[in-house]
Amino acid sequence: MIKKIISILLILIPINAFALIEVDITRGNLNPLPLAVSPLSIDENSRKSFERILKKENIGEEISSIVENNLRISGLFNPLDKKAFLQAPDIANLKPRFEDWNLIKAQALITGKVNFIDDKLRVEFRLWDVLAAKEMMALAFTTVPNNWRRVGHIISDKVYQRLTGEKGYFDTRIIYVSEEGPKTQRIKKLAIMDQDGANNKFLTLGNELVLTPRFNPASQMVTYLSYFKNMPRVYLLDIETGTQEVVGDFPGMTFAPRFSPDGKKIIMSFAKDGKSDIYTMNLENRIVEKITNHPSIDTSPSYSPDGKYITFNSDRSGYQQIYVMKNDGSEVKRISFGNGLYGTPVWSPRGDLIAFTKLHKGKFYIGVMRTDGSGERLLTENYYQEAPSWSPNGRVLIFYRETKTNAKGEGFSAKLWSIDLTGYNERQIKTPTDASDPSWSSLLSN
Amino acid sequence: MRLNKIFKNTLLVFIACLVLSACATKKEVAIDKIEGQMQGDVYTGTDTVEYLADGVPDRVFFATNESILTTASRETLRAQAAWLRKNPGINVVLEGHADERGTREYNLALGERRANAAKDYLMTYGISSDRITVLSYGKERPVDSGSNPLAWSKNRRSVTVKAN
Repeated sequence: MIKKIISILLILIPINAFALIEVDITRGNLNPLPLAVSPLSIDENSRKSFERILKKENIGEEISSIVENNLRISGLFNPLDKKAFLQAPDIANLKPRFEDWNLIKAQALITGKVNFIDDKLRVEFRLWDVLAAKEMMALAFTTVPNNWRRVGHIISDKVYQRLTGEKGYFDTRIIYVSEEGPKTQRIKKLAIMDQDGANNKFLTLGNELVLTPRFNPASQMVTYLSYFKNMPRVYLLDIETGTQEVVGDFPGMTFAPRFSPDGKKIIMSFAKDGKSDIYTMNLENRIVEKITNHPSIDTSPSYSPDGKYITFNSDRSGYQQIYVMKNDGSEVKRISFGNGLYGTPVWSPRGDLIAFTKLHKGKFYIGVMRTDGSGERLLTENYYQEAPSWSPNGRVLIFYRETKTNAKGEGFSAKLWSIDLTGYNERQIKTPTDASDPSWSSLLSN
Repeated sequence: MRLNKIFKNTLLVFIACLVLSACATKKEVAIDKIEGQMQGDVYTGTDTVEYLADGVPDRVFFATNESILTTASRETLRAQAAWLRKNPGINVVLEGHADERGTREYNLALGERRANAAKDYLMTYGISSDRITVLSYGKERPVDSGSNPLAWSKNRRSVTVKAN
């Protein structure tokens, strides 16, 4: 839906430069690339128009700071202090004096300008290689003024992609569960926000318990668990229209839903008589298929990006462990063999790794392993944390973390955190309330 | 083995108190309180228990990751079955719960499995499945918000609630 309303026009200005700077994405913030984000220049008439419409004094500076913030939190870039900049934004965009930028140790430079044309926001930006004294990329966008934040995210994605060779993840959203109230009577609502925490919005009122929302990777639909009328069932929600429907007609609890990579199926668990098995429902023809058939608990299923395999957790060995099987339920293979319990496997959108939650000796870990179970790597350890969800480029995980209460049972909190695959760049994502069960959307503009 | 351990602990406390020459009674009471409320890691206390009728406790407790009914749980459920037989007009919801030390989705399944263990036992004592609804809350509705083994043991439970 967002795509429909927003419809950003992308005009490519052709350039012929070749990549001279390369950022090694696998090394995290050990050596972030110093770069300068010069504020987007703006003429006085345009500035006044945007001030009137958007209530922002200088929209050029606002967009630049979104870019700066995104690049900083990626851990791969070190945006330099604007106070050190010697060249004015408008002149820098025409022709940077590379020796000035070199002096402050910037290796890359982002410049641009903003115009108000026919009631639209037009943004042009350029990425420069300072050492080679060359333009690396130049792009222009035209959109409705209200989309100014998204323009900042799209610029960030383009810069990230040009410098790392991989797609970005900034023009995305997070759906999660907002939490309030005492631990014994939590009020939970579905909420959605931009990846950087802006534009937070509640989607349900908190009248019933809601859990585990997940984005459809192919659209802006969401699947989640709701206790509507005290019957825990998997629901489908259209964020655009707000319409909801229950998924399938099961005589008991359905839970742990996720979409298939093409968005056409929902995979989930159905619990009956103390057993939980994995089912799929085709959203086009409503056909339900039973995928696992075992007296154990089989849950938290997640498809591989090609849709051919499913990873899930099961206690069929006696304890919760991670398994992989073909999408028809055949060839079930256990892949987790380390010490402790393993749960919530999620297949990376790149296909190479499975992220998971591990419980060992009273500590919870978020980790990754290869899809055959080898190469286990624990990224972060804490009192309680779980439910990793991948950024669309498979480089960052978002999850939630809960704190231990004191002797009186006070001091509980639940927050969203992100960590990249290097395990170094761990950050809290600020939310207006406590938060859990995050799910990362695909890139909104592709 | 276990008694031996308790004996040893008491002896240690005793020796410690001889050295410090104070505080003996206080420490022993604290140990007894926890020992008296848990067996293994199953809650055996009565703090949170409510009663469906005189002598009919409303809940049973489980060990970590388990859904096996203990001797005490079976006794509670037999009392519930007898009460339900005497009150044929009453239907019940069995609410299954887990502690906070597990992933959310697995705990939903575990709560369902625990409530079903209680349901199966009620059925073997003559209660029709038509009268029983199972509802799992996973770890969503703890009774004790503490982050310690005793609190967790109170939260691993199946609670029988009147539905009408």
